[in-house]
Amino acid sequence: MSNRALDTVPARVSATSTLSQSLTMAYRGLLKVRRTPEQLFDVTVQPIIFTLMFTYIFGGAVSGNPQNYLPLVIPGILVQTVITASVVTGVQLREDMDKGVFDRFRSLPIARIAPLAGALIADTVRYLIATLLTFAVGFIMGWRPQGGAFHVVLAGLLVIVCAFALSWIFAFFGVIARTATSVQGISMLILFPLTFLSNAYVPVNTMPKWLQAFVNINPLSHLIAAVRDLANRGLVTSDIAISLAGAVILMLVFAPLAVRMYMRKV
Amino acid sequence: MQTLTQAARSQTTAAQGAPLAIEAHQLVKLFGRHRAVDGVDLQVRAGTVYGLLGPNGAGKTTTVRMLATLLRPDGGQARIFGYDVVKEAQRVRQLIGVTGQYASVDETLTAMENLMLFGRLLGLSRRDARQTAERLLEQFGLTEAKNRPLRHFSGGMRRRLDLAASLIARPPLIFLDEPTTGLDPRTRAQMWDTIRDLVREGTTVLLTTQYLDEADQLAERIAVIDRGRVIAEGTPDELKSSVGQSSLHLTFQNPADVPRAREIVEAALGAQATPSPEGRRLIAPVSDTSRLPDVLVALKAAGIEISELGVQKPTLDEVFLTLTGHNAEPTTEGEDADVQPRA
Repeated sequence: MSNRALDTVPARVSATSTLSQSLTMAYRGLLKVRRTPEQLFDVTVQPIIFTLMFTYIFGGAVSGNPQNYLPLVIPGILVQTVITASVVTGVQLREDMDKGVFDRFRSLPIARIAPLAGALIADTVRYLIATLLTFAVGFIMGWRPQGGAFHVVLAGLLVIVCAFALSWIFAFFGVIARTATSVQGISMLILFPLTFLSNAYVPVNTMPKWLQAFVNINPLSHLIAAVRDLANRGLVTSDIAISLAGAVILMLVFAPLAVRMYMRKV
Repeated sequence: MQTLTQAARSQTTAAQGAPLAIEAHQLVKLFGRHRAVDGVDLQVRAGTVYGLLGPNGAGKTTTVRMLATLLRPDGGQARIFGYDVVKEAQRVRQLIGVTGQYASVDETLTAMENLMLFGRLLGLSRRDARQTAERLLEQFGLTEAKNRPLRHFSGGMRRRLDLAASLIARPPLIFLDEPTTGLDPRTRAQMWDTIRDLVREGTTVLLTTQYLDEADQLAERIAVIDRGRVIAEGTPDELKSSVGQSSLHLTFQNPADVPRAREIVEAALGAQATPSPEGRRLIAPVSDTSRLPDVLVALKAAGIEISELGVQKPTLDEVFLTLTGHNAEPTTEGEDADVQPRA
């Protein structure tokens, strides 16, 4: 029973330890999901309700009939659902941080980013569930993506990667906000314009010119376009590059910000 | 080669006796305008139990949180085994374990999963993490409950698991923030045994408590903290003798008698008596119990009627009354403390 030697304490955590600690924290996140499956309510119910609702409400008006609307709307709903699910990541992080166990995480000699990264990595499971369900409901309703299985999988992965990157924004809100409700509030305020002022539900050329200008620079429009081209036509377009570049930039900005605020907040 | 410098440094300290596990100089923490910790100095030798004694709101937890790198000090410095808690926080975290007032374990996970999680985070292999977890669960009598989620745990079980989690890495210094507050007497005694075992293995323990008897039982040295300041420091014996071995509690029929009774008591005992806030009681330290009859005789002679009488061993309350002139009550914000100079 000897204690740790005093002269062998390294000053910082190595990159491999950081990764393994983040994965351990992600494993904790998955255990929690297994214990409280009701956390998955939003990612299971929303894809089903939204797909049915939007297809039958707007299908006739936009594409003549619901069937023709599916290739347009399924990618739109997919992106909206998964991105909305990434907001919940921030909200749950806030709730989690208020618990005593986060005090222990802070007092452990682990990478400061691990508790945050772990929570965000674990939530990709939520995005995966949302993606699978949206595709499945679309398929049941008669959507037959012409791009083939490979491109559909690729499209799903693209959305999940982008949602992970975007979730750092909400993690940042989660860290700086006082309560979980305020995280929800701020995040929704950002999310609604982003998802609805996009090409998700209607063709852009039906909108007034000034709105088109915004819709066309909206990064989510690029992501939705990329998903449509991949799934419906098997095309790899520049929209993929734009989406991924946006994702990387977001992450480079918000991940360090979130970690810094997390470290400062006690 | 900072590691070498550090090793050299702790060796030099060792030459002057046991090295210092904790060294705090003029620590300050402000919450708004409230000085929660107001210039605390501490020196804790390695391998000892050090008690931080004080009422709720005295600044004990805030002090511990600063020493444990959980809170950034607004002033002063602190070193843990020679490492600065702000500049070398990552190093400090490798040398400490923290067990808070509330359980810092994951409610949704089982006891086993909790210990496995912390073990894995601390770099143990899956197998080592499992073995360590099994051993600690056994040691803390939690083996039977290991696969139950913590929601179903009692307060005492949670505390024990919490302490077990702090011991995974066998840190040389452990902070125990009120480890027995709210525990039943049996669980409290178990906790005390565990703490004694730790010290036998060479671990340094910083213990905060509201109970003098707890500090008395466990700590080799005690700092009494009040309104963010250390108002007395010494061995339990030194502290107790500063307040008298026991104290005389007198309650009077007529509050108007109190000032006169005070003079009589002070004359008979040769010590200062303190009236209680509600004005019907007097408390006086008793260093020599053979003088007690004199007090009663003198009071009777003066025609002062006593409704209640008792001789008590020193409680935290008396330590406080004697040291500060006020009761051990939670500090109210912004109030200026009439603190006496350090004993």
